[in-house]
Amino acid sequence: MPGNTFGSDDIILSATGIDKVFPGAKALNKVNFQLARGEVHALLGENGAGKSTLVKCITGAYRRDGGRLVLDGADIDPRDTFEAQRLGIGTVYQEVNLLPNLTVAENLFLGRQPKRFGLVDAREMNRRAETLLAGYDLDVDVRAELSSCSVAVQQVVAIARAVDLSGKVLILDEPTASLDAHEVEMLFSIVRRLKAQGLGIVFITHFLEQVYAICDRITVLRNGQLVGTREAAALPRRELIAMMLGRELGDEIKAVARADAAEGPVRYRFAGYGRKGHIEPFDLEVRKGEVVGIAGLLGSGRTETAEILFGAEKADSGTAEIDGKPAELTSPRAAIRHRFGFCPEDRKVDGIVGDLSVRENIALALQARRGWARPIPRAEQDRLADQYIKALDIRTTDREKPIRLLSGGNQQKAILARWLATNPEFLILDEPTRGIDVGAHAEIIRLIENLCEQGMSLIVISSELDELVAYSRRVIVLRDRAHVSELVGDAVTTAHIVEAIAAGEKQGAA
Amino acid sequence: MNPRYVPLAATVAIFLAAYALCILQYPNMLSTRVIGNLLTDNAFLGIAAVGMTFVILSGGIDLSIGAVIAFTGVFIAVVLESTGLHPLVVFVLALGIATLFGALMGAIIHHLEMPPFIVTLAGMFLARGMAFVLSIDSVPVKHPFYATMKAFYYRLPGGGRITLIGGLMLLVFAAGILIAHRTRFGANVYALGGGVQTARLMGVPVARTTIAIYAFSGLLAGLSGIVFSLYTSAGYSLAAVGVELDAIAAVVIGGTLLTGGSGFVGGTLIGILIMGLIQTYITFDGSLSSWWTKILIGLLLFGFILMQKGFLYLSKGGRRLA
Amino acid sequence: MNALKPHLIRLLPQFAVLIAVVALISLAFPDFLKLQIQNGRVYGSLIDVLNRGAPVALLAIGMTIVIATRGIDLSVGAVMAICGAVAAASITSGHSLVYTLALALSVGMLCGLWNGILVAVLDIQPIIATLVLMVAGRGIAQLITEGAILTFNDPGLIFIGSGSFLGLPMPVVIWLVFGIAVTLLVRRTALGMLVEALGINRRASTLSGVSTGVLLIAAYVLSGLCAAIAGIIAAADIRGADANNAGLWLELDAILAVVVGGNSLLGGRFSIAASLLGALIIQSINTGILLSGFPPEFNLIIKAAIIVLILVIQSPRIRDLATLFGRADSAEASVKQEAK
Repeated sequence: MPGNTFGSDDIILSATGIDKVFPGAKALNKVNFQLARGEVHALLGENGAGKSTLVKCITGAYRRDGGRLVLDGADIDPRDTFEAQRLGIGTVYQEVNLLPNLTVAENLFLGRQPKRFGLVDAREMNRRAETLLAGYDLDVDVRAELSSCSVAVQQVVAIARAVDLSGKVLILDEPTASLDAHEVEMLFSIVRRLKAQGLGIVFITHFLEQVYAICDRITVLRNGQLVGTREAAALPRRELIAMMLGRELGDEIKAVARADAAEGPVRYRFAGYGRKGHIEPFDLEVRKGEVVGIAGLLGSGRTETAEILFGAEKADSGTAEIDGKPAELTSPRAAIRHRFGFCPEDRKVDGIVGDLSVRENIALALQARRGWARPIPRAEQDRLADQYIKALDIRTTDREKPIRLLSGGNQQKAILARWLATNPEFLILDEPTRGIDVGAHAEIIRLIENLCEQGMSLIVISSELDELVAYSRRVIVLRDRAHVSELVGDAVTTAHIVEAIAAGEKQGAA
Repeated sequence: MNPRYVPLAATVAIFLAAYALCILQYPNMLSTRVIGNLLTDNAFLGIAAVGMTFVILSGGIDLSIGAVIAFTGVFIAVVLESTGLHPLVVFVLALGIATLFGALMGAIIHHLEMPPFIVTLAGMFLARGMAFVLSIDSVPVKHPFYATMKAFYYRLPGGGRITLIGGLMLLVFAAGILIAHRTRFGANVYALGGGVQTARLMGVPVARTTIAIYAFSGLLAGLSGIVFSLYTSAGYSLAAVGVELDAIAAVVIGGTLLTGGSGFVGGTLIGILIMGLIQTYITFDGSLSSWWTKILIGLLLFGFILMQKGFLYLSKGGRRLA
Repeated sequence: MNALKPHLIRLLPQFAVLIAVVALISLAFPDFLKLQIQNGRVYGSLIDVLNRGAPVALLAIGMTIVIATRGIDLSVGAVMAICGAVAAASITSGHSLVYTLALALSVGMLCGLWNGILVAVLDIQPIIATLVLMVAGRGIAQLITEGAILTFNDPGLIFIGSGSFLGLPMPVVIWLVFGIAVTLLVRRTALGMLVEALGINRRASTLSGVSTGVLLIAAYVLSGLCAAIAGIIAAADIRGADANNAGLWLELDAILAVVVGGNSLLGGRFSIAASLLGALIIQSINTGILLSGFPPEFNLIIKAAIIVLILVIQSPRIRDLATLFGRADSAEASVKQEAK
């Protein structure tokens, strides 16, 4: 295998020929994966490539249908995560998988509490917890409930638990997804320390920068098949993307020549708009046919801005004007009456109505606006659904299929269709391309450009700066729940955005 | 103060304030006699409520306990009447059946992945039905051993009595507190209340714990049935109707979150005492009707639910600001 | 007719079970199917089933909607008692029948409003929110009747419990008409779909502009209204309000009827007709047991058995097994796995 510089003695975990079959689909096909002591090994692939299935087969969450698992020279066949943990394989997931209602110490020692006279010795447990966390430079009250700690601290507690429990292999499944830059750095320093202690670490992430920042080797899966394992240092990013996608991504996202439409009149004006504890008061103007991008780190107030504009959270200061007339945007219903639309970030929780059909999901917002007493005739619903299924290329066998059975990208498009059906004039898109495959990605970007050309005003929130730069005429930069900077026209570049975010980071540190 | 103790503190404060008010109006209520009676009269409810506390802490609910109490009572009475077995042997049999019954419900809840509400509803129908099958009429217990056990009490200074069943309830509470806070099983119960999926990923034996929780609740409902049988010296299939509601009320008034994961077994004891106190007050008053008990308990329930809600809201808002 | 087809398919299992139960009973008791007409009124065991089943059928209508919103209403039994007591108290203190009915129905809707506000505005779990009224409600009813059984002999009110219309007992007419009215209300308007959306994903529905708060409250108000009608019928039937026993444990029977009707306790898709069939299945079994000479208490065991049976049928585990062996929709299965 090219680039495998680790001798067989160094291999701590070896998976060979792993098969996993789900009814009607082969999720893993003879996948090999080797993890060495003291390495950080990235496991990459598009959604549905089989990353999580492989991890679940390794951690015993799934039973594999074929292949060998060798841990530290011994064949293993964990029946559940608990057994895998005992054998030495610990896992930390994106949503911290600890119990918020238990204390930090209880979380660390659940299932293996120290005992005295047959009873749990809480004092000893707390003492051990403090000792354990001291090794991570973490100073928290171990008697406090976990829910009172920040997500980053919870993440470290989860790692501490996994390492203490298992101590051979640590699997980090998207651990950085909800952390800010500082917290990611803190996490990485811990990962480096664990690596130096000789742990084998599997790192799953969507962020390629992070892969190059910390990983020694990279294994790529695609459609349940192993594409290859390579040295990170010897694998150019372009090649990596090609491995993941199975094709050269010629036109990743190329900046479109934005015909800087003659500065039309301002249609939407928000002045001193804000809500305590959510987002500092801000001023925002949006013109007809304009895309305003919103950039910032996670937790900087991006989603909060979207929610307050749409009335999902009520503003407690400032005014909103539409075409010069004051507007009350106190609820989503009120905003929708003003022809607003909002595609939320968390599709599963805030977007789709899973058991309803694609048709009903598309008709939902329009129906809500018409009111319950004026149902959309069935024929009209069918027509609407068919129209958007065709126009947005929503891939579904038919419009009566429950939407939860569609893939992420198609769900996203259906939610877009839900809003387009209401003929919106002001559309807020929160991370419209997150977690969807590259093909759908490009289509949604094209759609944003089209809508803009038709005269719709758009607010697009995205952590993909390249993308944001491609379609936004203006970009608002957020930091610490406040709007701190606005870039217009030629000033809209990735470098400028990063600079604006970083400027605050330095300030914040000072 | 650690926020998790606030509901418990509120419960204790309400109890003390209510008791103080009662004493102001009826100084006679400050006597060990009243306290002794409070314990005796609520013994069966208290014991069942300990089991309910565990179930609710784990995020579940057990609607079957009233029916299990009735079934146990009828079972004991019928077996004592028709066989020559010693009551202690019959007790062990009854406890065994009740525990198995609870374990069976736990197994169905876990393995069929069905909501505890509907499973224990079936349990309630089944247990009540089986009680009817054994006997439709009230069956008196005349075994001399019952008199022996009833004569057994500890005299408090001031003339109050801790009866066998009152003392048994206190013991059950002590055991419950120990199990909840000082054993791995107890920690696992809280863990399930925090989130079943997460608990499973953290290695909590979910199946075993779920089954054990409902078995424990069944065991205590059985024990409560024995106590009820001692208390009334009879077994009647229509007895203890709605005890599950009183037990749930006591648990909530005791400061346990109905959604699971947070609360204390000790709080449930205070909850039982508050409910007992209301009844005692109404008895002392004489002019108030018994239905005020239900209304007051309903109001208390509402107050505590509101308090928990406000509390959750505050803690969430606080974290968002942080 | 084509538009009706999916609805009929949905109701098929309930119809089959009902027919099977009725067939079983009439095998043992051929008289079961016999209908007689006397004094312009139809008599017979089947009519009796429809009549006896009226309170549970009415409760099941409201409960179906509440459960579709992912809620539950434990208070309906207690609300029945309250409304029966209110009606009895009002008619005995000399108010007119119209005033009495309006008052009792308003009180029922008020109780529903209380539950709805707890659930929708204060965001309290439905099972907990409605528990308050379940516990306190009977106390309130006893407060109204002052602990006694409040009897009355107003012919108008009694007619509701034992009169007949077009040859059918009034309770049957009432629940049939009300069931059809509510079904038309939710299916001829967009209410049904909006309720289903709300039950499946409340937040997404709110963000799509659905007035979820108002809908939730309306669902509980409807349930309160159903309980009020059931309460009036129950009181009219015995010519008195019994605060202790009116509607006792009927909330559980109503929930059972909804579940037997194949509606998921987790909210979403619902069918009122299926719930009503569920109520009839339960009542047929009750009547069957009565006819067969078993003590009526055996009902409880049968009900337990029914629940266990439904649990097994509805269990996700069993369904997974069925898809493994049966005609597995491969895409569906694999997406489900990915979602986990």
